[in-house]
Amino acid sequence: MTDLSTSLKIEPTVFELSSPGRQGHSFPELDVPHAEIPKSLLRDDLPLPELAEVDVARHFTRLSQLNHGVDTGFYPLGSCTMKYNPKINEATSRLPGFANIHPLQPIETVQGAIGLMFELQEWLKEISGFAGITLQPAAGAHGELTGVLIMRAYHRARGDDRRVKMLIPDSAHGTNPASSAMSGLEIVEIPSDTRGNIDLAALRAECDETLAGIMITNPNTLGLFDENLRQVCDCVHEAGGLVYGDGANFNAIMGISRPADCGVDVLHFNLHKTFSTPHGGGGPGSGPVGVTDELAAFLPGPIAAIVEEGDDEEPPLYGLVTPEKSIGRIKAFHGHFGVMTRAYTYIMMLGGEGLRAASEHAVLNANYLQARLRDTYKIPYDRICMHEFVAEGHWEDAPDIHALDISKRLMDFGFHPPTNYFPLIVPEALMIEPTETESKETLDAFADALIQIAEEARTQPDLLQTAPHRTPVGRLDEVKAARELVLCCWLPEK
Amino acid sequence: MNFPKELKYTRNDEWIRMEGDEGVIGITDYAQDQLSDIVFVEFLVDVGESLEQGETFAAVESVKAAAEVYMPVNGKIIAVNEDLPDAPEKVNSDPYGEAWMARIKISDPSELDDLLDADGIAKLERDH
Repeated sequence: MTDLSTSLKIEPTVFELSSPGRQGHSFPELDVPHAEIPKSLLRDDLPLPELAEVDVARHFTRLSQLNHGVDTGFYPLGSCTMKYNPKINEATSRLPGFANIHPLQPIETVQGAIGLMFELQEWLKEISGFAGITLQPAAGAHGELTGVLIMRAYHRARGDDRRVKMLIPDSAHGTNPASSAMSGLEIVEIPSDTRGNIDLAALRAECDETLAGIMITNPNTLGLFDENLRQVCDCVHEAGGLVYGDGANFNAIMGISRPADCGVDVLHFNLHKTFSTPHGGGGPGSGPVGVTDELAAFLPGPIAAIVEEGDDEEPPLYGLVTPEKSIGRIKAFHGHFGVMTRAYTYIMMLGGEGLRAASEHAVLNANYLQARLRDTYKIPYDRICMHEFVAEGHWEDAPDIHALDISKRLMDFGFHPPTNYFPLIVPEALMIEPTETESKETLDAFADALIQIAEEARTQPDLLQTAPHRTPVGRLDEVKAARELVLCCWLPEK
Repeated sequence: MNFPKELKYTRNDEWIRMEGDEGVIGITDYAQDQLSDIVFVEFLVDVGESLEQGETFAAVESVKAAAEVYMPVNGKIIAVNEDLPDAPEKVNSDPYGEAWMARIKISDPSELDDLLDADGIAKLERDH
């Protein structure tokens, strides 16, 4: 176990770099009267670091170089769609007309921005088949909460107050039960069958008059397209429930299948996954929600709309409208606009054909990796996968090696590890999502590394258990990190 | 994997040890092994509450996953192990001893007949 305090010495903290009196600015002489601040408002001590601008720039540049990101290496983190984000997205989102505006500006002065939101809504409708879109939710789980609140509002508006039960398949995303619980619903887990689909018999048993709906992740967290999807939707609809689609895995189906056509009533997109906006650093994300015609009146407002049609001479006038039975605002202002400009750019650059090709390559890449690894790693649900697949990181003849050790060792090869220990229905899960933006050479290098690691697991297990060896920081003490939280700004006194 | 003979087990890997008409509850050696390092234990009930079989009374969290702990039988909570939240690692080191979670008063002892014995749970986990 590496001692964090020693290994981090490769880059001192800004406090350690501090030198009394050093500063990154020099103000001119004061040419206005000096304002006296009352003593009661002054503090005696404010131990901020004192550095020159060059110290700060170098410190943070060095820190950034210790990180792994999509721009530095392969990042097959299952379910996260860590595709390469084209740099043109950054250029367009920094255009002054998009970057230097304020949401409270008169709407006539921000027509381009509202128009962009409107077109993005229209494109997302076309891609998904839905009738209404809100761009407000801040990210995926926020989109889920929004969608579930819309489902509840729909049932209540019909006077149907008994519908309190939400079905969640065991192959769904982990946030689904949390979103339902936060909306005050009761959760019933539905098992998977032997092919990794939703178990229809178990589903039917729960479809009654208390059913609010089901939350389906399709393709599911096993990376499989649910072969029973149509029957699942029919069964839930016949019982009076609604179908929520978790669109986190949308990258597998763009331009190929539309959730609304499959029977889904509500779905959130993850612009930060599917539509190439940066999210490795924790955000910001964007989780627009699409709904059928029947639910459109419940969408949160405001929504971008054409309030006055244009003609050959004049462009239309864009404005913001709130749907009739809206569940209300769920985010300040209009959502994460900067993320929308990036997603808009991505869709415009690729076009319909390009989006379809992106999904096809994402699926092809995942199947290629699965085929290369199948003889070395157990694939518990082994059939043609979508954009990702789940392998087991454990062998009976190497009992002391776990998925975590394999992942840590992968870092020595310069790869970000796959998602570990999820979904829970696969023991020692390694969830691998290569995305479409990787070359065959990268995929081969990754497969070669995993095959070599499987060999090392038998011959030099220590090498895995003490990995990583070639990273700036070695194996971290995860128990200590979880148990001894230090969330203060100042380092404890030595 | 260690499943003491004198205990009864649920399919969700809780154990219960009978002491008169009271029962002591915890999670199995298999459960702690699957979860790996436990970093968090929280009791979701108060002493004196009556719970039904299958209701959640505690939550445990490891570096890998979070799990709920369910009542093996109907009963009233007489005590919870107050020391455990400050020393969750005991669930890993001594799941059947120091890491007991709750002491309950059992309402209907015949419910115990539906639980698994040591051989039953060992077979169940072997087949997993």
